[in-house]
Amino acid sequence: MPDAQLTYAGAANAALDRALTERPETLLYGEDVAVPGGVFGVTKGLLKRHGDRVFDTPISEAAILGSAVGASMFGRRPIVEIMWADFALVAFDQIVNQAANVRYISRGRLSAPLTIRTQQGNAPGACAQHSQSLEALFAHVPGLTVAMPATHQDAHDLLLAAIWHDDPTVVIENRTLYHGEKRAVRLGGPVPGIGGAAVRRPGTDVTVVTWGAIQHAVLDAAQRAAAEGIDAEVIDLRWIRPIDLPTVLGSVRRTGRLLVVHEAHTVGGVGGEVVAAVAESGIRLAAPPVRLGAPPARIPAAPHLAAAVLPGAADVLGALRALAGDGVHGAVA
Amino acid sequence: MKSTTELADHLRVMHRIRFTEEAITALRAAGDVVGSVHLCNGQEAVYAGAVAALDLSVDAVFPTYRGHGWALACGVAPRAVLAELLGRAGGISGGRGGSAYFTAPDHGMFGENSIVGAGAPIACGAALAAAYDGSGRVALAAFGEGAMNQGAVHEALNLAAARSLPVLFLVENNGYSELTPTDTMVRNDQLFRRAAGYGMPGARVDGNDPVAVADAVGRAAERARAGRGPVLLEAMTQRIVGHYIGDAQQYRPAGELDAALAAEPIRRAEEALRAGGVAEAELDALRAAVRAEIDTAVAEALAEPLADPTTVLEHLYA
Repeated sequence: MPDAQLTYAGAANAALDRALTERPETLLYGEDVAVPGGVFGVTKGLLKRHGDRVFDTPISEAAILGSAVGASMFGRRPIVEIMWADFALVAFDQIVNQAANVRYISRGRLSAPLTIRTQQGNAPGACAQHSQSLEALFAHVPGLTVAMPATHQDAHDLLLAAIWHDDPTVVIENRTLYHGEKRAVRLGGPVPGIGGAAVRRPGTDVTVVTWGAIQHAVLDAAQRAAAEGIDAEVIDLRWIRPIDLPTVLGSVRRTGRLLVVHEAHTVGGVGGEVVAAVAESGIRLAAPPVRLGAPPARIPAAPHLAAAVLPGAADVLGALRALAGDGVHGAVA
Repeated sequence: MKSTTELADHLRVMHRIRFTEEAITALRAAGDVVGSVHLCNGQEAVYAGAVAALDLSVDAVFPTYRGHGWALACGVAPRAVLAELLGRAGGISGGRGGSAYFTAPDHGMFGENSIVGAGAPIACGAALAAAYDGSGRVALAAFGEGAMNQGAVHEALNLAAARSLPVLFLVENNGYSELTPTDTMVRNDQLFRRAAGYGMPGARVDGNDPVAVADAVGRAAERARAGRGPVLLEAMTQRIVGHYIGDAQQYRPAGELDAALAAEPIRRAEEALRAGGVAEAELDALRAAVRAEIDTAVAEALAEPLADPTTVLEHLYA
């Protein structure tokens, strides 16, 4: 199949279309996903093509998620949309206490192969209940699998991998990416398995581990740092659980420097997990590792206030300069 | 006589539940069973009656944490229930579920749930699957009346009604939301009347009469199987023990427990059978036979090896 020119939303739509076509046990439902085609238009056209396996639900996150758990225990493969990750908190019970326990407590007699599609993060004007980056909450829970696609191709591939995965998987998209430019997206081909980071920019001086939409700011900063002689390697984690540690450690072993950048709050965030894993690995660093994320504040609505809380490309560039600015590049021998 | 035979069958199940709960009480006192244990003494007619009206080869039951009785009524061996509470390898969930969260899918019993009301949306999912797999499955979500004030239950009732899902919502109304009288927590304690608000039939049933429960559940199941949607049943019963083992029940008004004991389903079933001409010796024999069965189950469960701690990392993912 030739590449298709698609937006990020279109790439996710293509993955859903393929899943509904190839796996008759899939169901696609959530608030406004069928007739309206999704509040962000991601599920547009799927009702028409796939009929009654695509349907709208009441504004009832516990019923959406709980029924997905139940249906998945009985041979269905539900793909449900939680419009905003913040809304998952209304029904976190069904994800953490229910879905994540099904296989373990039944010792594999039952499973819950369901996919939760959601999106998160700040966009201009969004209030504090529509702006959070909550991946650490999901990633903390054994039994869950968590993906954060940030490229067009990953919006397609990671979603397919999640749907094919036989355990509950949360796919966290980002609405600021949905309707940008179209890019070539490979469709067809084998469905990838879960896990695996991607090196977005190879480099030798600093390892930058990042994920989600903020990586585009990171790549921008890395480009500017390169002009200053700092060659940053940018790793997109892509899967927050499980984390691809071999890729991270392999890079840090070469660069000797680690910067982790995420939009989520730093305290209790996944960045701490990455730093801890590097520390535990025994790799000797040339400089103390740095986490860059949101400080302890709620996310204010006014764009200039939100910008004062959330890290941006300038912050990343500053961190890169501070980390690599001692002139010592590469790991300590 | 059919009704006598039917009631005797229910009585056997109710004895099995009661003697198992009494055995668990003793094992808890001896320290063999640890932790929080919620017994269902007094509510046995709900389980015996409801399960008798289902077809567990296809139907699915989603009970609460007060679920030993549900499991036993579904046909789980008392040994497997006891072994579960004892952390034995042969426990129904190999010691992973404990008293409040074991699951027996091979018996149509898809998990106790120790989050109040959480099983109701999950039951909707089992019913939703039935709309696509042609199984004719009916899902039964059972929960206490306290769960009727949980948001998840409201969402489930509405979703089931909106999509005409084959779900039976069975409220085990024992009068107490854990330790608090439910009539102090709601303005209208006729909970079955909420069904009208969802556009589904609702009815109260004598929850201490297994035949009445079976009749109501059977009719509701038939209706749901025919594609006519969910039903809300409120089975009026009482627990004749504490909310958990060790609950001093000081919240109970004087005389309430005595009245409950006079109305409890096993005593009532035996009285009805006596009145129907069943000889005392037969009732004694049934009781003794089930007691012996449970005594054996206790011994077998205690003799089983503990679940293997080296397996605790298994079955987290496929």
